[in-house]
Amino acid sequence: MNRLAVELPGLSLKNPIMPASGCFGFGKEYAKLYNLSKLGAIMIKATTLETRLGNPTPRVAETPAGMLNAIGLQNPGLTKVMENELPWLEQYDVPIIANVAGTLMEDYVGVAKSISQAPNVHALELNISCPNVKQGGITFGTDPVVAEELTRAVKEVSSVPIYVKLSPNVTNVNEIAKAVEAGGADGITMINTLLGMRFDTKTGRPVIANVTGGLSGPAIKPVALRMVYEVAKHVSIPIIGMGGVSTIDDVIDFLSAGASAVAVGTANFVDPFVCPNLIEQLPEKLDELGFETVSELVGRSHRL
Amino acid sequence: MIRQEQMQVVNQQQIATNIFELTLIGQQVLDMKQPGQFVHLRVSDQMEPLLRRPISISSIDKETLEFKMIYRADGRGTTLLSEKKPGDQVDVLGPLGNGFPIDKIEAGQTALLVGGGIGVPPLYELSKRLVEKGVKPVHVLGFQSKDVVFYEREFRQLGETYIVTVDGSHGHKGFVTNVLETLKDDFAVYYSCGPTPMLSALERMYPEKEGYLSFEERMGCGIGACFACVCETTKKTEADYVKVCSDGPVFESGVVRV
Repeated sequence: MNRLAVELPGLSLKNPIMPASGCFGFGKEYAKLYNLSKLGAIMIKATTLETRLGNPTPRVAETPAGMLNAIGLQNPGLTKVMENELPWLEQYDVPIIANVAGTLMEDYVGVAKSISQAPNVHALELNISCPNVKQGGITFGTDPVVAEELTRAVKEVSSVPIYVKLSPNVTNVNEIAKAVEAGGADGITMINTLLGMRFDTKTGRPVIANVTGGLSGPAIKPVALRMVYEVAKHVSIPIIGMGGVSTIDDVIDFLSAGASAVAVGTANFVDPFVCPNLIEQLPEKLDELGFETVSELVGRSHRL
Repeated sequence: MIRQEQMQVVNQQQIATNIFELTLIGQQVLDMKQPGQFVHLRVSDQMEPLLRRPISISSIDKETLEFKMIYRADGRGTTLLSEKKPGDQVDVLGPLGNGFPIDKIEAGQTALLVGGGIGVPPLYELSKRLVEKGVKPVHVLGFQSKDVVFYEREFRQLGETYIVTVDGSHGHKGFVTNVLETLKDDFAVYYSCGPTPMLSALERMYPEKEGYLSFEERMGCGIGACFACVCETTKKTEADYVKVCSDGPVFESGVVRV
């Protein structure tokens, strides 16, 4: 028996660790460093119908224990992702979670319909939480009625289970979580980045060209944990947790809070080997805590 | 091959005001192929500062397994780096990026090397390689003022060298372009690293010449995955954009829209 294995809608994960969307491209760069088949899954970079060139630079800025980014969903577009990126990833024994983004509801539906048919795409992640594009993205993720409607529309055309990626930039995250569950979501991924700013103190100018950016990294872990913990109480669909995960203790905390699996984002930039390292450390950590399997840990904080 | 390695500090010395030369030793040096490549360093194992710092390689010694970097300590990260002492470990990811091509020029020809400020260091390894190949380098190096000039003697040992300072406190007064206007343009290839306005001025000055320019942009991952350091391109390339970290940092002149 594989004690790290996790079964989720559409996903048989050999372990609960996966790189988060936007922090791993389409895998090619990290494949030069280690075998991608080690990963539980890969959340690929957001894909839109058309090619997107993203925002002006500077696109990133360091902050205390974190970073701001405003890349702006740069990606080669659906056709090229289907023709080049996904077939290339087929050489690895790893399920792909395709992050789907767009400006209009039709864009999401269009991307979801096609990309869900790629043989290695085992689930979709609906990006209704990108804070760095003027239209689409977060505008779908802050209104429960719109979020539910979009989830339902995508669910209808997708041939694989759908996970909806929630934004922390809302007053009541439970409301959005319940709405996407009602819309037919098979799971939830959370959290996306927190909107933030950094200024050049001398000039008073924002450092990021887009003015605002999404905050990620260890700084946001407490916020992410609180939200996962809350949402786990309000929905019955599984959660893939993320937000500042960089150590094995972070992984345990997210599982305890109610996440069934954990995604790693910014930490990949700090230590490109962080995902395989965490996977390697997990069995020992289970032993130390006295758990036989990862599944036993999921949501344990709610049972105390 | 890209490696992540704990490398040991062999030497650290201040060579001008706030300018440091750091020597590290490790296996990674064997993989350092081209002048103009860079390494991505963690300056601390704490969560702050969190991200790695990209720093260009200024000289490589495969026999001793040592390489040098020259950097300006002007932020929190580089200031922490400047506090490393011989024997300390530094987490180094590298070598990264594509450097200056030396196969574009032949023995007996002249190369023009133009550096600005903290863009000067990678030109040192480049010049050494060109000299080894029998190429004659001409260096034009610009700095703000006398107190931040470094490696003047080292460059002079390799070839003709012009130092320029903005305030005229050392060498010629003004910008590198003021000196370049007085030089013959009988060089075969030009190579440059420095602030973007300088690179752009060179492109305008030598539209017919073959040139290679090293760019700088804020980076996240350093390996091409995060799309932080993307630059717009011109019609010279089919690519819609290039990433400074993994497609560059050195590009042929005219490729990046400046």
